[in-house]
Amino acid sequence: MSRATSYRFTIGVLPWLTIALLSLPVVSGVLGAMAPAFGYLPVLGGDSLTLAPWRQLLEVPGLVDMARLSFVTGLASAALSLGLVVLFLGSFLHTALYRRIQRWLSPLLAVPHAAAAIGLAFLLAPSGWVARGLSPWATGWQYPPDFAFPGDPWGLSLILGLVIKEVPFLLLMSLAALVQCQAHERLKVARSLGYRPLTAFLKVAMPGLYPLLRLPIYAVIAFATSTVDVAMILGPSTPSTLAVSVVGWLNDPSLSMRFMASAGAMLQMLLTLAALLTWWLLERLVALVSQSWWRDGRRQCGERWLGGMALTAMRLVLGLMVAGLAGLALWSVAGYWPFPHFLPWPPTAHNWQAAADDLVAPVWQSLSVAFAATLLSVVLVLGSLEAETLKQRPLRPWAQVVLYLPLLVPPVAFLFGLVMMQAQFGIRPGMAAVIAGHAVFVLPYVFLSLAESYRRLDPRWSQQARSLGAGPWRVFLRVRLPLLLAPILTAAAVGFAVSIGQYLPTVLMGAGRVATVTTEAVSLASGGDRRLTAIFALAQLLLPALGFLLAMLVPRYLFRRRQGLLPRAD
Amino acid sequence: MASLILDDIVIEQDQRPLLSLDTTVAPGDVVTVMGPSGVGKSTLLAFIAGFLSPAFTPRGRILLGETRLDTLPAEQRHVGLLFQDPLLFPHLDVEGNLAFGMVREGSRRQRRERIHEALTSVGLEAFAKRDPATLSGGQKARVALLRVLLSQPRAILLDEPFSKLDAERRDEIRHWVFERVRHYRLPTLMVTHDEADARAAGGRTITLGDTP
Repeated sequence: MSRATSYRFTIGVLPWLTIALLSLPVVSGVLGAMAPAFGYLPVLGGDSLTLAPWRQLLEVPGLVDMARLSFVTGLASAALSLGLVVLFLGSFLHTALYRRIQRWLSPLLAVPHAAAAIGLAFLLAPSGWVARGLSPWATGWQYPPDFAFPGDPWGLSLILGLVIKEVPFLLLMSLAALVQCQAHERLKVARSLGYRPLTAFLKVAMPGLYPLLRLPIYAVIAFATSTVDVAMILGPSTPSTLAVSVVGWLNDPSLSMRFMASAGAMLQMLLTLAALLTWWLLERLVALVSQSWWRDGRRQCGERWLGGMALTAMRLVLGLMVAGLAGLALWSVAGYWPFPHFLPWPPTAHNWQAAADDLVAPVWQSLSVAFAATLLSVVLVLGSLEAETLKQRPLRPWAQVVLYLPLLVPPVAFLFGLVMMQAQFGIRPGMAAVIAGHAVFVLPYVFLSLAESYRRLDPRWSQQARSLGAGPWRVFLRVRLPLLLAPILTAAAVGFAVSIGQYLPTVLMGAGRVATVTTEAVSLASGGDRRLTAIFALAQLLLPALGFLLAMLVPRYLFRRRQGLLPRAD
Repeated sequence: MASLILDDIVIEQDQRPLLSLDTTVAPGDVVTVMGPSGVGKSTLLAFIAGFLSPAFTPRGRILLGETRLDTLPAEQRHVGLLFQDPLLFPHLDVEGNLAFGMVREGSRRQRRERIHEALTSVGLEAFAKRDPATLSGGQKARVALLRVLLSQPRAILLDEPFSKLDAERRDEIRHWVFERVRHYRLPTLMVTHDEADARAAGGRTITLGDTP
């Protein structure tokens, strides 16, 4: 096989492997969960189809409350996050504040959900930093008050925890989309026609931006309605959200509970579908109502008030995230820290010394899984993007849906089905299964992070190299990859961070045999040892930070004498 | 209508002067700005329109009659801007694009009548409900200028507005645009690479980057 043929073959195969990795686990996982939901799982003695698991599920006390909690918190957090992002972009795009926040987006996105949730829980708890800061001078509290927050029955703390992670994600997704829909040019026209910035954004940029944000928003809704780790840390427990309950039933020592857990996983999928359908109907309604507003000629709509609100809310969201993480750092070095003292004094390294031995194995397993899942994802994504370049054809709409598939189907539904299939086919749970499970979630993020830079690379670089006699492999390895090294490493760092933060795939695919810093942090969060929890949450935070640091430093070092390849400050 | 006065304008980039200009554009005049790429022609228009990137440091004043523009946000300058691309909003039909630009005066019915009159004046009355994407280049250019004119600007900036038009359409649109800005006595500043644009404009030509 000639080099050119081997290149075409490899590049031709990798997109199909990518599609297979993304779609097969999801589709087979959903089917795998569906059969036991109707009583069919021969390995556990279920040989016939029956509705008994559904009847058992419907008899669970508080089922309606669980479903309502998941539905409401999911939709509310998505609506609040989108509203905040839109108002902030509309009011502050092209300002120095926006550029500052833009620089912090990737690090904020790299904070694992569980670490952010634990930080928020420590911040808002009755004995948390906020209560300490206000006590006793403002509240009069000498002892921690007795209220359930986080863990309030309405799910407010859960909504808050989801919003602080979803806002950076939607902002990051908006960056590329704004360029793609020519929002900046549209805004110039509207501003030159006398429209105030926010009104201009809502009337001319949003109609172009929203269709590009639709899939990320659907992914946010799917995640928020079915999250397990964040809901375990911040959500109520009596009853908990549906996804948390399903995982509880799955882990029940009685194997017969697995039939009901399957039915629960199916119900979770229907619930997420219902939330997506509700959102879709709301979209239609808003589009219908907006038609006359777009053309009514009004140049402003409460700019100052809405802009002020967006600024306050954005500061609150980012402030809560940063303060929560700072609180984790304090708890990790806290000795005796009585309420209402604001700071633990004197700080001690004892907690870290005591936890060092417990940290080694989870850190090592986290690194191994994240490295393998990221490497696999980067290779597949590079192949897919190179194939796109070769065919000079952008991703087709159906392929884009496949890309988002693992983010749109509740993980608890399809991962659960995969576990059932593992059991049915006698596959041993362990490291390989966990790596594959992580890769399903890592791959879409690596693709989304890298695609824009890859597509924007000037084709004349390759044309020049080809005209100098370089074959396709040489062009790819010696020209395109070095030119794209910085964005490739950044995408790898994003993938690495996503893998480090995975809870459910590790727990379900590893069946308890693989313990990562995230699984340990989440299980510790429900216990009483805040110091140890803080240490694991910080470890969870530091590993992705290390990835981003390397992604930043390696190109700078390799290209330190190549000004044209150094990252530009724009 | 008032004159557009560029009073001792200097724009610097990295503390080095990029361009300097001191001129007045009288009502109905079309002044052409020419010069090689990178000399700052579009930067000058961005400064006047209020979109100058923070990477540039401007000095001097921009006045429209007595009103100082450079201290106002873009939307309060009343300076109409036409780009190379007509940039008709794809989510609105032709009528919607014009309604978007029109100053909000009178009842909804009156505004619709004015839009109809404007479209009739350029022979596009049958195109009100059309998707902008289905218009020809010349039709798009007309709708883009109508949209600007309906916003009642006090000056017009043209950033190579004819460069993407077919050669056969270019002359016709060029004359139509210049006739309109003269009819409304709008001071107009046009950036172009095409000397034919400058000849058709018939006014003064300023060449940036000229060595004194």
